[in-house]
Order: sequence, then structure tokens, then C-alpha cells
Amino acid sequence: MHGRWSRVVRTPLGLTATVLVVAVLALACFGPVLWGSGADVVDTNDILAPPSGEHWAGTDNLGRDILLRVLVAARLSILLALIAIVIAVGAGLLLGSAPFVLGRRGGRLVTAAVNTAVAFPGLLLALFFAVIFGTGATGAVLAIGLAGAPSFARLTQTLVAGVAARDYVAAARIAGVGRVRVLFRHVLPNIAEPLVVNATIGAGNALLSFAGLSFIGLGVQAPAYDWGRLLYDGISAIYVNASAALAPGAAVLLAGLAFNLFGESVAKGLGVPVGIGLRAAATRTAAAKRPEPTSHDEHVGTSAPDVVLDVRDLEVTFPGPSGPVRLVRGVSFDVRRGEAVGIVGESGSGKSMTALAITRLIADHGRVDASRLDLLGNDLLAPDTAVRRRLLGTSLAMVFQDPMTSFNPTRRIGAQLAEVATHHQGMTRREAMARAVDRLTAVRIPDADSRVRQYPHEFSGGMRQRAMIGMGLMGEPALIVADEPTTALDVTVQQQVLDLLAAIRDADDVALVLISHDVTVVGEVCDRVLVMYAGRVVEDLPAAALATAARHPYTRALVEAVPDMATDLTKPLATIPGRPVSPADAPPGCAYAARCPLADARCRAEDPPLAAEPERHGSGRHRVACWHAGEPLPRVHETDDLVETVESL
Amino acid sequence: MSDLRFDDVTVRYGRTTAVDGVSLTVPEGEVVGLVGESGSGKSTLARAAVGLAPLSGGRITLGGAPVPTRGRPRPLQMVFQDPYSSLDPRMTAGESVAEAMPPGGSRAERRAEVERLLELVHLDPVCAGSVPSRLSGGQRQRVALARALAARPRVVIADEITSALDVSVQGAVLNLVRELQRELGLTILFISHNLAVVRYVASHVAVMRHGRLVEQGPAARVLTEPAHDYTRELLAAVPGRTTPRSQS
Amino acid sequence: MSVTSTAPSPPAERSGPRPRPWARFAVRRLGRLLVSLWVLVTASFAMIHLIPGDPVRGALGPTAPTALVEARREALGLNDPILTQYLRYLEGLFTGDLGTSISSQLPVSDVVAQRLPATLSLALLAFVAAVVVAIPLGVATGVLTRRGHGRRTELAFTTTSVVVATVPDFLIGVALIYVFGIRLELLPVAGDETAAAYLLPVFSLAIGPAAILARIVRVEMVGVLEADFVRTARAKRLPARTVYLGHALPNAVTAALTLGGLLLSSMVAGTVLVENVFAWPGLGSTIVQSILTKDYPVVQAIVLVYGVGVLITNLVVDVSLALLDPRSTIRED
Repeated sequence: MHGRWSRVVRTPLGLTATVLVVAVLALACFGPVLWGSGADVVDTNDILAPPSGEHWAGTDNLGRDILLRVLVAARLSILLALIAIVIAVGAGLLLGSAPFVLGRRGGRLVTAAVNTAVAFPGLLLALFFAVIFGTGATGAVLAIGLAGAPSFARLTQTLVAGVAARDYVAAARIAGVGRVRVLFRHVLPNIAEPLVVNATIGAGNALLSFAGLSFIGLGVQAPAYDWGRLLYDGISAIYVNASAALAPGAAVLLAGLAFNLFGESVAKGLGVPVGIGLRAAATRTAAAKRPEPTSHDEHVGTSAPDVVLDVRDLEVTFPGPSGPVRLVRGVSFDVRRGEAVGIVGESGSGKSMTALAITRLIADHGRVDASRLDLLGNDLLAPDTAVRRRLLGTSLAMVFQDPMTSFNPTRRIGAQLAEVATHHQGMTRREAMARAVDRLTAVRIPDADSRVRQYPHEFSGGMRQRAMIGMGLMGEPALIVADEPTTALDVTVQQQVLDLLAAIRDADDVALVLISHDVTVVGEVCDRVLVMYAGRVVEDLPAAALATAARHPYTRALVEAVPDMATDLTKPLATIPGRPVSPADAPPGCAYAARCPLADARCRAEDPPLAAEPERHGSGRHRVACWHAGEPLPRVHETDDLVETVESL
Repeated sequence: MSDLRFDDVTVRYGRTTAVDGVSLTVPEGEVVGLVGESGSGKSTLARAAVGLAPLSGGRITLGGAPVPTRGRPRPLQMVFQDPYSSLDPRMTAGESVAEAMPPGGSRAERRAEVERLLELVHLDPVCAGSVPSRLSGGQRQRVALARALAARPRVVIADEITSALDVSVQGAVLNLVRELQRELGLTILFISHNLAVVRYVASHVAVMRHGRLVEQGPAARVLTEPAHDYTRELLAAVPGRTTPRSQS
Repeated sequence: MSVTSTAPSPPAERSGPRPRPWARFAVRRLGRLLVSLWVLVTASFAMIHLIPGDPVRGALGPTAPTALVEARREALGLNDPILTQYLRYLEGLFTGDLGTSISSQLPVSDVVAQRLPATLSLALLAFVAAVVVAIPLGVATGVLTRRGHGRRTELAFTTTSVVVATVPDFLIGVALIYVFGIRLELLPVAGDETAAAYLLPVFSLAIGPAAILARIVRVEMVGVLEADFVRTARAKRLPARTVYLGHALPNAVTAALTLGGLLLSSMVAGTVLVENVFAWPGLGSTIVQSILTKDYPVVQAIVLVYGVGVLITNLVVDVSLALLDPRSTIRED
């Protein structure tokens, strides 16, 4: 907590704003004490004088020193603004949290009222209330406070609704904690920060609004004076002594800016995702040391003629808060024509990064290095050209995890498919649209010719994913890279999508790279499986060997940890103690050593290379990165080692 | 007798009927698995049981009496899917657990009870002082289980409690569920879209589709000799059941 | 909305669009407009009754003879039962009768008709200027400061936009008058007779909202460039221009309008202060005069006109949103 606030002050902007706010508040406290009497000294011999050594900002129509009056006016201006913002926040909190306390019906009424009020600009509301409450300081405070209430109510409502939807609120309610208590214990503490930030910005705005009201004569009335009142008086004399208007204008602006900038810097400082301290701490240990090429084994040399994709020593590096982080560390594999290769791993294993890297879709602040990255014999590491774009656009298809968000919501499905053909295949719009209909039909979307005119939200989840595959088929793909294509789908729909991918492979000899966290899915669909852990491939084996002949202890544990329809119900499931290591804090030795029952000193010191295993099944190559590959695993007893402690940070 | 009974339960949101006339019994000391795809109404049924969703018809009883949804004690507790959303980020694990405990007892007694509960779910009692951001997904889910147990429930509803976890952690939580059921004789309504997971923990299985219950019975029977077409379809869709596609 | 598609053979998925989303959208939007309009009319009617004390006595001053006050009260119908007054007020609105000014004795509708065009032209010009400047600026900075790029540009842009947006329009007006009117004597600082006279007021009114809008557009653009569908567009290997302008822009503008719609309607109210700075012969200077002289019928009418202006602006924004993003027609609210 403390560190987050100090971070706000540490930025140049935040520091400036903080100093300004403190200065303005100090002025409000001490201004009238120091200069209060001097500001009221009338000198009728020296009225409306321009700036001079004696009166730095000149004098007003009674010969009073304008600079002193501006300094003294700070207290009233700030005080009125603060009272107004207290009213606004108070009323806003009351209205904003009312729906939570009142429940469904009553809440809806309050929400509707707030929504109607918030549609009208604050100034208009302030004028409305100013008419009712009359001109003068009290009327203006009430007017500005109440005018600000709807937007704070709306903000509170949104924030409260956000927290109320969290499961911990539901859990507290189920445990029998009352609504009001939940509001004070769980909801308000979790929305306090954004509210405070917005109240600070609101205070700045209230200050400026006050000046606005006073400026048109509806605010503070003489003989009292705030900055707006001084501005009102000064503007009438602007041709005689411009600084009479400019000095209070500058003061109100500076104070308003101070509050706004302070609020903005706090918002920015706190807005950083700090809750996940683990990740931030983890990245610090990342050392940007390039490994020696690890694949000096059997497939160095030129690619075999039927290789579609050839990847050697792939590295993906992203800038982290403290130095670059290697998310993928020396991954090598190839994919042959018509082959299906699965990449499995847990979150943070680098499997999705690998998919994005081989398709050159890594966001451009990430870095991709490889000693080779070839698609159909074309170097993908070469600079981007129109020719390469066409190659990738037509011979590589990509399927993403979430079909809901992967289509542009504002464009029709047909147009989104057709643009591939118009850009890369030189088709006219009409031809491209005909091809889109044809491709949608090919992925088993009924009534494709009317469906092309629909928007993505009019498709169901499974249909969207099929349409996404259809989009990849607009060209003549030699390779489909599917990143968790069924994770967001129901099981029966998942089956349809997997069937479709299999059918496309069979029909056109298209190669497939399937990325998934689900060992069973990968085992079912693929010929070969790459198991990734902490950014490395730890085992590369035939899919048929997964269940029976996996050699790496991680692969074996992964297969056993996941129950399937044949799991022995009398035994506990295998478990892997600890949690996945992120590539960022991979240790010098084997990244899995900390969780591995076979680990010894060598494992912790030396990272094992991905070495070829002797072929034993006749079903294909088998590579494994383990010093103890295939050694029997000690059976972990159910309750042993299960007590988890907080890992030290 | 503290069977959890759903009697012709219907839940409507506006014009959509999320749960449509479901009758289901969760017998005391048993684990009933409730399976179905997204939108089948299985989570809504659970939320209706704990009072988070309004009933439009039917009744939900516990041991013959309506389930209390106001005040304490609350004999029906729930564990949620997302371990990142189910713990208040500003409260320590211990505070979250303690909040659900019945009122009363000295400070020391309450602390001892929190420690006992954390040990029950195989968490180091040191975790009581940690805020959720310092805990892993699996650890958070254990805290959530401990919190549910803290209320001394007669029935626990577990709503997709493993689907947001990494596969290597999922197994440990499933083992824990089985262990708690065996050792405490806990009654559990275990909701999941994953048939293999349900098969592993549940003795009875109920299948929902489009808000209706299409089939229920002993797990061994439903999962091997399904009576309803939809159950058969679900079973056929479980990955790893068919021969690998590359060879078909 | 979660759509389940469970398809045995043959696939029986939910087909076809929802029935006429546009019709539903129109009905719902119109309903909301009517409710807001009713609230507005009622509030403007209630205003005069919420003022503590006798508004007529307040308007005429404490020295006015009681008989005159009573006569004016009678003329304004303030002695009738409140419901009668309300119904008469509504009836008057339908026939274009907004009452009579207390101070000038002219029909309020004439005052409004005479003053409205100046305010309308000012607001519209500022509105257009803000949008025309803010969207390209926001999009361009969005692209330049997309994730992992242009940290310094982002800081400079964000700081500048906060500072510019904080300066209230009337202060900008005062500063402009000082610089261009008094110091340089380049531009006229009052009235609306010449085209040049529009420059300073439009600038004062537009620059703040333009800064905020540009900022919102930038944030949305940066967000949209991270979206899955932009990655899809890149996966289709479309040229960068198509990705930015064809795919990212409409979504960024949609999102920005959702947030920024309120901003545009605040410009309608912003005319009040700016008109007072530049002695603009519009509704803004009239309402301030009327508040100070307690000419309540005029105040009521102008508040009503401003409110309607705001409602129309909101409606225009919502319809543009619906045209840009088909989903917004089915959004429940």
C-alpha cells in the first residue's frame, strides 16, 4: 500500500502536482492570517492602477492590492469547493450504493433516476439549482454540490456493481452477513481508491465551476470575495488593468490544475496492476542470457522436402519491469505436410507465445529470435514484404481461443472473410463474397449465403469458431495454427470443431499445430505432442505414447493428474506439488526440479538438453529433456506433502 | 435426515427460463454430480439454493424445511468457480474464513478454529495471515473450501471449482473433495461440465440441458448405460474416448 | 448473453437475427427520450415553485406596491391550484406559449426565438470543431502510443490534454480576449456580426471537450489495438492501414462516443459562460441576465431549451452509435 502511494510522488508529474496541492492548501490555511488586513486597505488615490513595484498586480476600483486579495481569496475558494465536493460525494455515495442495499426493484428506480439526471451537464444542473437556492455563497455551494451528485452516484453505482458481482460478496451473503455489513466490509473498501481519486479531481472541477458561477455573478457576493468574484470584478476593468482579471484567473487555474493533476497521477500510479505482486517479483530474476543452441542433434541441416514449418532455437523475449523476460527459451521442432502436432502445457508454459511467434503475430514490443523459422521454405525472420504477407495470408491459417472476441463486432461476417481474398488473391468483392459463402458452407455453416450478411454476435459460439476456421480456408493453407480453439466451447461443440479440423486435414493434407492445456484433447487429435514447461519443450513424443511411454516425469504426472473416463476410482489422483514456474524465474537447472520427485543436485544445477530417445515403438521420434528420463516415480501418498505453504517472494 | 431436495424448481430471468421444473435430491452424505453445458441452468440452480437467484416456482428444502436465506446459521454453503474473484483482496485468508464462522467464542478459540479449518484443507496455518494475492489459484480454492466449511454447513455446493485451475493443481483439489466427503461425511452437490471429473468424485449424476433435468441416477449406471440421448452425446464428446482421428 | 449451441445431427443451432432489433431499439430509445423530456418539463415547471418566498416579490423588489405584486401573480396564474398551473404549463408548451417575461412584458417565445440562432450556431460549430480535431488526433496518438511504444509521447499527450481540459472555457475566453483583443488587437472580442467574431468563442468552447475526447479516443484506440479481433486482422496479413482504419477505428470511435457523448452535450451548457465572456447575443447571456433580474419565466424557458438541446445531442450520439455498432441496438439497459 505504502509503496504504491510513494510511487505516485516519485514521478515528476506526480511530484509537481503534490507540491502544488500542498502549496494551495497551505495558502488556504495561512493566506488570510498573513495578508488578511493588507488586502482590505482602501487607497482611493490609487484606484485601478496597473502593476507596479508597490502593487505587483495593480489595484482594484477601490485601490486595494489585487495580489493580496488573490492570496487571501484562496481560503474561501478552496473551502467552498471542498464543501461542494463533500456534498457531491456524500449524495453520490448514498444514491450510488442504494441499489445494492435496496435490492432488485427499489434499486432499479434509483438507477433510472440517476441515469436521467446524469444525462444533463453539470453546469446546467448548477444553474437550475442556483436559481432555486438564490445567488450567494450558500446557494452556489448547494448548487455545485448537488449538480455533481449524479455523476458521483453513477460512478459509485458502477463501482459497487463491479464489486457486488464478485464471488466474495456472494460468499459473504451466503455465510449470512447482512447487506449493509457487506457494503461496509467488502464493497466500500474495495471501491475507496477510485472514489478518492475521482473526488480529488472533482474538487478541482468544483473549484473551477465555482469560479464560473461567481464569474457570471451568481456566486459569492461582495463584500466577501473568492477568486471567481475577483475575476468578475477584474473583467470589467480588463482594458484598464488586465492583471485584475488575469491574476485571479491564473490562481483559480493553478489550484484547479493542482487538484486535477494530483488526482490523475494518483489514478495512474494506482492503476498499475499491483495485485499480482508475484509476477512482478518473478520477472526481476530473469537474466537475459542466451542459451547455446540446444538442438545440435539429429535434425540439423536442411529441412526435409515435406516439412511445412521448421523452427530452430526459437526465443521470445518481452521487456519486463526490470529487464527482458524470456518467455520461450530455445524451442525447436518441425511440422510435416499433413501432420498434426500438439503443444501442451500449463498457463505460463510459453505455448501460446510459441504459436504467436511462429505465425509472426507477437506484439511488436516483443522480440522473436531463432536460428531458423521457415514456412514452406520461406524465411519468416526476413523483413516484412507484400510477398511474404501474401504467403502468410493464404498458406497459414490461424484459429484463436475466443471466437466471441476474435471477430470484429462492427463488421459483417462475410466482409471479414472476403477481405482475405480481395487483399491477397486479387478477387473482386463479388468473387470474394462467393468464395466466402463457399468456405462457410465447407465448414458446415447452414444457409451460408444469408449468414454472410450477419454480424458476429448473431452467430453461436461454435458457429463463430467454424467461421474462423472458414476464414483460414479462404486461401489454400498448408498449415493451421489453432491456439486453444475449443477451450471457450462446450464439450459437444468442442467435438464438432475438432472433427472439422480433422476433416480438413484429411481432405487437403493440411498440417495442424494445436495448442492446448488439455492433454486428452491433444492426445486424441494429434500425431505428435510437444510438452512445454517454463518456456521449454521438455518432451516431444508420439501421441500414442502419451499414456504408456512418456519418459519425462512432468509429462507422466500431467497425464496421471487429469482424470478421464477410465481413471481408477479407488486411488487418489496423482498430484504435482507446488505451482508452475513462470519462464521469467526459471532456475539455472531444470525448471521442473522444484516439483520433481526424481530431482537431484545435477537437475538443479544443469538444464538437461532435449535429446533423442531410442525409437522403441516404431511410431516416430521421441525426444526428452531429463536427466532421469523414464526412471520409476515414487508413489506420492495422498496426504503427504500436500500441506502447501506460502511461497517466499 | 438432511437431504437437499429441489422440488419442481423454476427460475426465470425476464422472459428467459433458466431452470425449468427441476426436481433433484442430494441424499445426506453423498456427492451428487450435476453436469451440463454452459447455459444449461446448473449454476442458476445452485444460486437459487443459496438464495442468490429468485425462485419463480417450486421449493428447495433441506431436511424437509425450507433453506434459510436470511441471517444465521446458513446450513447450505457454496464454493465458486473463480478463485481470483471469490476472496476479498483486502482481507487475509484467516479473516475470510473467520467471517463465515458462527458468531461467538473467544478470540483465541476463533483463531484455533481458523487454523483447524486451514489444516483440514491441507493449508499451512501460516496462510491465515496472507492476502489472496500471495496465494496460488489452488491455495485460494482451498481457502474458499475452508470458508464454506467454517459455517458448519450440512450441504456444500461446489460450482465448477476446478475449471479455473491449472491441470496439475486440479487433481489435488479433487482428492481433497473426496477426502472431505469421506472423513466428514459431507453432503456435496458437485457441479461441473467435465464428466470425467464428476465421475471421479460423485456417486450420483444428474444431467441438465436447456434448464431441464434430462437424466439422473447412480454414477456407475448413468455414465455407462445412459438412458437419454443427450447423455450419450455428452459421453461421446468426452475427449480421449474415441480413437485418435489421425488413424480414423 | 451466452448462446449455447448443442448440435446433434443435424445441427439445429439458433438461427437468424433477433426479430427486428432496430424497431426494438427505436421504441426503447423513444421511450427513454419521452421520460427524460417529461422529467425536464416537470423540473422546469417546479423550479419556480421551489424558490423560497414569493418569486414575483423577489423579481419586483421589496419596494414594489403589494397591489402590483398581486396583479402580476394573478397574471402569471400563480394563485391557481398547482395542478391547474401544471396542466396550463403543459398546454402552453404544446401551443408554443412559454409565458410572458416579467421584466420586458414580451412573450418568452419571442425572446427565445430571437436569441436561439446565435447560441445554436455557436454550439454546432464548436461541436463540429471538437469532433473533427479530436478523433484524428486521438487515433494518431493511439497508434503512436500503442502498447510498448511512445512512452514519452503518451506522457506528453496525456499531460497536455489534462491541462488543456482543466482550463475552463470562460478562462480561455478571458485569456484570448486579452491576447487577441487587447494586446494584438487582431480579432473582435464581442458580438456575432462577422465571421471572424466566431473564432475566439468557438475556440474557447471547443478546446476543452476536444482535449478530453482526443484523450478518450486514444485510450480506446490503444485498447482496441490489443483486442483479439485486431490480432485476427493481423493474422489475415492485411496492410497496416486496413488494420488501423478498417478494423480498429470504428470500434475505437464507438467506444469513445459511448463515453464522450456526455461531453458533447456539456458543450451545449458551456455556451452559457462563453457567451457571457464574449457578449454573445444568445440564450446564455439572456439566462444569466434573467437569473440576476429574477425574470423567472424566461429562466424557465431557457433551461427547458437547453435541456432539450442536451436530449437531442444524446439522441444523435445514440443513433450514431447504433449505426456504427450493430450490437448497441440490442444492448439491454
